[in-house]
Amino acid sequence: MAIAVALWCVIGLIAVSAAAPALAARPQPLGTRLVYGASLILTGLLLLIGIAALLGGADFQGQKVLPIGLPWIGAHFSLDSLSAVFLIIVNLGGVAASLYALGYGLHEEAPGRVLPFYPAFLAGMNLVLLSADAFSFLVSWEFMSLSSWALVMSHHHEGENRKAGYVYLLMASFGTLMLMLAFGLLAGTSGDATFAAIMTAAHPDWISGAVLVLMLLGAGSKAGLVPLHVWLPLAHPAAPSHVSGLMSGVMTKVAVYGFIRVVFVLLGQPQWWWAVLLLVLGSLTAVLGVLQAVMQRDLKRLLAYSTVENIGIIFIGIGLALAFKTNGMGAAASLAIVSALLHCFNHSLFKNLLFLGAGNVLVGTGERDIEKLGGLIHRMPRTAYLFLGGCVAISALPPLNGFVSEWLLLQAILLSPDLPQWALRFLVPAAGAMLALAAALAGSCFVRAFGVTFLGRARSTAASEAHEAEPVSLKAMSLLIGLCLLAGTLPGPLIDSLSPVTSFLVAGHMPTQPLMPLLSIIPINESRSSYSGILVFGFIMASSWIAIRVIHNFASRAVRRAPPWDCGFPNADPATQYTADSFAQPIRRVFGPMFFRLKVDAHMPRPGDPKPATLAVTLRDLVWDFLYAPISGWVMFAAERLNVLQFLTIRSYLSLVFAALVALLFLVATWA
Amino acid sequence: MGLILDLLVQGTQMVLVLVLAPGLIGFTRKIKAHLLRRQGPPVLQPYYDLLRLVRKEAVLAHNASWLFRNAPYMIFATTWVAAALVPTFAANLHFSWAADLIAITALLGSSRFFLALVGMDIGTSFGGIGSSREMLFATLAEPAMIMIIFTVALVAGSTQLSEVATFMVTHTSLRVSLGLALIGLIIVALAENARIPVDNPATHLELTMVHEAMILEYSGRHLAVIELAAALKLLLYISMIACIFVPWGIAQPDDGILYLLLGAVTYLAKIAIGGFLMVVFETSIAKMRVFRAPEFLGGALMLGFLGTLLLFVSRSF
Amino acid sequence: MQHFSLDAAHMFAGGMVLVSFMMLYQDRILGLINVFAAHAVVLTLSVSWQAYIQDAPHLYITAAIAFGLKAIGIPWALHRMVVRLGIHREIETVGGIGPTMLMGIVLVALSMVVMLPAAAEADPIAREDLALALSVILLGLLMMVTRQNAVSQIIGFMSLENGLILAATGAKGMPLVVEISVAFSVLVAFIVIGVFLFRIRERFDTVDTQALDDFREGRE
Repeated sequence: MAIAVALWCVIGLIAVSAAAPALAARPQPLGTRLVYGASLILTGLLLLIGIAALLGGADFQGQKVLPIGLPWIGAHFSLDSLSAVFLIIVNLGGVAASLYALGYGLHEEAPGRVLPFYPAFLAGMNLVLLSADAFSFLVSWEFMSLSSWALVMSHHHEGENRKAGYVYLLMASFGTLMLMLAFGLLAGTSGDATFAAIMTAAHPDWISGAVLVLMLLGAGSKAGLVPLHVWLPLAHPAAPSHVSGLMSGVMTKVAVYGFIRVVFVLLGQPQWWWAVLLLVLGSLTAVLGVLQAVMQRDLKRLLAYSTVENIGIIFIGIGLALAFKTNGMGAAASLAIVSALLHCFNHSLFKNLLFLGAGNVLVGTGERDIEKLGGLIHRMPRTAYLFLGGCVAISALPPLNGFVSEWLLLQAILLSPDLPQWALRFLVPAAGAMLALAAALAGSCFVRAFGVTFLGRARSTAASEAHEAEPVSLKAMSLLIGLCLLAGTLPGPLIDSLSPVTSFLVAGHMPTQPLMPLLSIIPINESRSSYSGILVFGFIMASSWIAIRVIHNFASRAVRRAPPWDCGFPNADPATQYTADSFAQPIRRVFGPMFFRLKVDAHMPRPGDPKPATLAVTLRDLVWDFLYAPISGWVMFAAERLNVLQFLTIRSYLSLVFAALVALLFLVATWA
Repeated sequence: MGLILDLLVQGTQMVLVLVLAPGLIGFTRKIKAHLLRRQGPPVLQPYYDLLRLVRKEAVLAHNASWLFRNAPYMIFATTWVAAALVPTFAANLHFSWAADLIAITALLGSSRFFLALVGMDIGTSFGGIGSSREMLFATLAEPAMIMIIFTVALVAGSTQLSEVATFMVTHTSLRVSLGLALIGLIIVALAENARIPVDNPATHLELTMVHEAMILEYSGRHLAVIELAAALKLLLYISMIACIFVPWGIAQPDDGILYLLLGAVTYLAKIAIGGFLMVVFETSIAKMRVFRAPEFLGGALMLGFLGTLLLFVSRSF
Repeated sequence: MQHFSLDAAHMFAGGMVLVSFMMLYQDRILGLINVFAAHAVVLTLSVSWQAYIQDAPHLYITAAIAFGLKAIGIPWALHRMVVRLGIHREIETVGGIGPTMLMGIVLVALSMVVMLPAAAEADPIAREDLALALSVILLGLLMMVTRQNAVSQIIGFMSLENGLILAATGAKGMPLVVEISVAFSVLVAFIVIGVFLFRIRERFDTVDTQALDDFREGRE
């Protein structure tokens, strides 16, 4: 029943998408509002279905076979607790982005390039979550990739966006190819590619291993796992901001969903080396992502790199869950997988919020370069407030939600000395250290992002003349920050609601979170560790209230405005402020030599020499240097060699085709 | 009766840390002055300073934002909550389950987050330099702290400070990993509290200060609140070290009033000794260059990591 | 009591590893010599403790040798030598302190992995002590590899030797003769290298071994 409604909603989204070109031609506000309004309603419905399917259990779950797709097989769709969780994540993001776009979309220069693809993108993501056979999964996946690609290319007049689109298309095709191979291996020669059939079939160890690696390449490239992340910081910022938020906050989660679906559900019993692979890649992703984020000047690219970091954190959680699952430690595995899922949810909230805030900045000033911003807190106070909330949440600070999921993950790490494998025992604390390092670096990354963008004095006229965004856009952001606070202070019910998923994925579940004492969350048992977001929040509020009351009642309330002191040397020129680059310099200096082969070439002329001093800083992206540059070199080399094929006669082309056909037939004949 | 006593203990603790914190600062300044053969200000001087500051009007820069005016209370509140959750004289704090060691670290992180932000609010170069360096130290000190917490938690089987304190009293033993954690925690505490060799609390020489550079633009009651928060943080770290590594004397759950008093006396002795040792250390070494400090903190991170690693290998370390 | 003696033995061995790390961290040569003296003091304590719990009085002699020679004698001599050479300045490490420390941690992990399963049947006190001693030895080697300065290489070598003694005293029944001979051979090596240093000083005006290499390559 629920699945049918969900599919109808998806069909509705596709219909909106089809009607959009006509609507976009209407006078501006109307068409935009119609498209986003319809998307808002449909994603809202899907969100409700997701919540119902997660909380309502079997009554709202189900399967459906549609007579489309491959003949005699049809397209299988199903809704279970795992897809329900991600349905909530995707459509919550969809609701917020659509609501935001009711205001933001009016500033779009080329609505005709955005409106038709936006509902299609939402539909594609929902379809991936609902599909229950390999064929419809792959088609939906590709649909999602292509519609998001079209959105990335919506501002194609800028050369950088075209490059981003090209790299994205390349990586997306590569990812889909890997997924295709993975599903090919899974379905085998039997031809039954439904998930139910794959799940019951037995897979030899080498096939499971190969599928895991292929899934890491395929879903990992979509999620932004190092070293396959290169497209992400290019493509996500290129799209309009609400789409950037969806891509970063939501689409990466769809990739995580694909990974979890295949590895935890379809593959059966994991092997311990999978966890090793995931932990290594996850920790590398977390640290490299945030280190890149700390050094970015482009606000949206900074946010995109921070997405890479959070994906790393999620994959550390998934890796831990695999490690525990291999060894039959159900409670620990459920703790790890809950922390990963919760972090997916939390990250979708605050990353959306931050991208929407960046969108407000972009509309208000026309700038994405934070070196040209500053002082926006005075011109855009409400955006500043909401963006600050997002920064606190993403920096994993209590009492907001980012802290809760990272705290659960740290608690899961503390359970790992019981693992029997030596490699894992050494790796897990290292992953814990990398996780803590990434969290701390995220703090400094977002102090820098907020401080340089919103605080201080305006560094350009664009910044000094900024204007606040539309009320409806701010409402969308308020919705997200409210959810961040809710998830941060009352995580207990969220964790409880995930228990059907954990028993489905790792055959274990966390203890039921108690209502007393005061809704604290307990990973294992009470004497081991507990945390109560609401109490911490209440304490902070109460003690700051006490402090304000006491001081204002019993001491001075007088305020005098004066020029800044600045040790006696105040300078009115905004250029004397600390810049974003100078803020990041200490971190660059400490971590640069190890991660980026930092070279600083400072040249000071001798005293009396009027020549200017020069400073040249070179940072090498080692992933690009050691992975992509050689590959593109080989491709160029091979293309160079194969160039002769372009100038053959028709007869030789035909003979090539014929030879290929015969070779394939021969292969089939010998295989069987 | 038990509940009332528990609440009483928790309330006393909250007031106690608030009252003691400036006293600890005054005490360390006095000792330091004596070690340097100076007379030094009276021990109660920080209290007078705070009173003087709250009575004065606050001078705000023209372009100070709402964040600048509200952040001091935020900084104070998060630090106070964190300090209230570290057992001082009694192990059974009523609200200790609300936040464990990791949460306490993160609460201090929140306080630092806002402190670093207000450093950048006025848009002066000194504020920026302070924030930038503070965040650099934090990027190393926080993971070091997490690793130290891991070490302690693996030994004690809990991240709750009350449980840890109880465990440490009942299972006294010499552990290599705890030794490593202790040294690491001392390094982190020095860095977090802006003490020599990482930062100098007494300096106002522009390019060498970190903490002071961030709060340069504050005055009056705002400055008083921030100073009080800094004092609380120092007390918090000394209490934390005392409660994890020298927990003897701390009142156990179900102990009577007499034990609580005994706990209070030993607690006072512990922070006095802790403050004294810190001052002796501070006077015997020089401040480091800024870029030497990350190596120092990296050492703490390494010690914590080594401790955790040893425990992952064998529980008997 | 048994429990406490095991803990204390661990504590001393762990202290050796810690001081080895401090040597890796120290980048001034006089500081390095002082830390080396501390290394020898911890070794002395460890050996005396072993002598006490194993009830092996001959180990006290080993402890006395370690203390007299390595904690006082050699540091004092090195101190004088460094001052006379005028090289009490900063010494450079190859590849920075951070990566070196990381390498050190990897080495400790490695020695744990090698030792703990390999000696699974041995009693825990000897087994874990042995693992820590191997860490000290590897860290000493790392020190020799990463430093360019001849004096710090010597110190690295001697800290390695401290690790050997730690291993030897941890296992019961190491003959004293061997111990004395080891100590004397180190002393001899030390004197030889010391003389060698003065030669270098005369010829090259530096004790940086890189200069030696440059000189040799220049001749070829």
